[in-house]
Amino acid sequence: MNVLAGGPVIPNFGSGSSCEQTNGWWCTDWLSAHWGDTLQPALVQHVELSLIAVGIGFAFSLVLALAGYRFRLLDPPIGVVADFLYTIPSLALFQLLVPLTGLTVTTVEIALVSYTLLILYRNIVAGLSGVPADALEAARGMGFTRLQTFVRVELPLAVPAIVAGLRIAVVSTISIATVAAFVIPQGLGRPIFIALNQDLFKTEILAAGGLAIALALVADGLLVLAQRALTPWSRA
Amino acid sequence: MIVADQFQPSTFVDAFRFIGDHGHLLLQKTGEHLELSLASLGIALVLALPLGLWLGHLRRGLFVALGVSSVGRALPSLVLIAFGLTVLGVGFWNNTAALTILAIPSILTNAYFGIAGVDRDVVEAARGMGLSERQILLRVELPLGLPLVLAGIRIATIFVLATATIAAIAGGGGLGEIIVNQASYGLEGVVGASFCVSALTLLAALLLGLVARAASPRHLSDT
Repeated sequence: MNVLAGGPVIPNFGSGSSCEQTNGWWCTDWLSAHWGDTLQPALVQHVELSLIAVGIGFAFSLVLALAGYRFRLLDPPIGVVADFLYTIPSLALFQLLVPLTGLTVTTVEIALVSYTLLILYRNIVAGLSGVPADALEAARGMGFTRLQTFVRVELPLAVPAIVAGLRIAVVSTISIATVAAFVIPQGLGRPIFIALNQDLFKTEILAAGGLAIALALVADGLLVLAQRALTPWSRA
Repeated sequence: MIVADQFQPSTFVDAFRFIGDHGHLLLQKTGEHLELSLASLGIALVLALPLGLWLGHLRRGLFVALGVSSVGRALPSLVLIAFGLTVLGVGFWNNTAALTILAIPSILTNAYFGIAGVDRDVVEAARGMGLSERQILLRVELPLGLPLVLAGIRIATIFVLATATIAAIAGGGGLGEIIVNQASYGLEGVVGASFCVSALTLLAALLLGLVARAASPRHLSDT
């Protein structure tokens, strides 16, 4: 706990506004004073941490899923490894990486990426496996090559399953990224830790926590919109 | 603060030495960890399982099941524990409440979809044979939907065991108390406890996986 004490923003119960002195739930004056130096940077860092993790996780999962889909023998072992990584508690995984990669963003990203693998891998494989045999037959009949079949038939038809996986991965990554504040002073977990150390300053906990939840919901909503744009046929 | 900014794989050796030297402490913390986790899981099961099964049987409340699962996923465990800490204060019940809330979504949603996904013809056949609604749920739908229901409980268990680690910041005790207390236990203690809690979750996942396999209907598991 005391690991993360200090930092630039300490609500001053002694000389702050009356709301701060009584540790109020929603001190507007504190929020407007510290949005710029505390909450906004934490939010931006949180978005960065999550985007990088999901981006790398998606790239890895896509490659692994293509391997698992083409070579069925690879599917069970990849699934078991992903399942194994997913089971390790986030706080423990962060700490287990510290002796190797230190208290760095790399540590956090390795852990966050590991957690996306299971969800994304399973969903991409399920999406590709769920493509109807008729569609593949039709593609062959039209003289599509293997690559054309993949890009123009299999991948588009797998989009709903892939987006479903991405939604879960993005939301859970945003959630787990709050725990990253245990190892690096970044993300929305950081102001929460500081507030916990400052006599549980409620406004800061509520604001940072609320931002994390709002971020997850907004990201989820954006992915739903993206799926609609990518699969216009599903609305017909 | 002890900073490990460079590559120190020897810490793993020290971590295993720590595990060897502090067996008693680790056992005690594991006990606390299990106590907190099982209490939360128990409450979540009592609240969510009957509701999920019944809603699934009625095939109503899809909106509830989906809403609970997506809101549940968006709730960061750290945020929930911090909220609980401000509202309920430090201690066992704050953490139990937070962990219970985190365990409910996957239990509820999987129970709902497990039961609602059972073939309607089978349910109609059972109704035609004169089974009561309760009998239909317990003797027909539950056995058929059991794999999915158990998968939800497995996910919730892993999630609760993992989050109980974070609960240490709110006085929850357990193995997380060592992990968040590097000042007292050193990095080797932190890494050692991380190994222990990982082993605990993996063991739980494995056990529940075996239970799920044993409980799934034979003729279905063959396909």
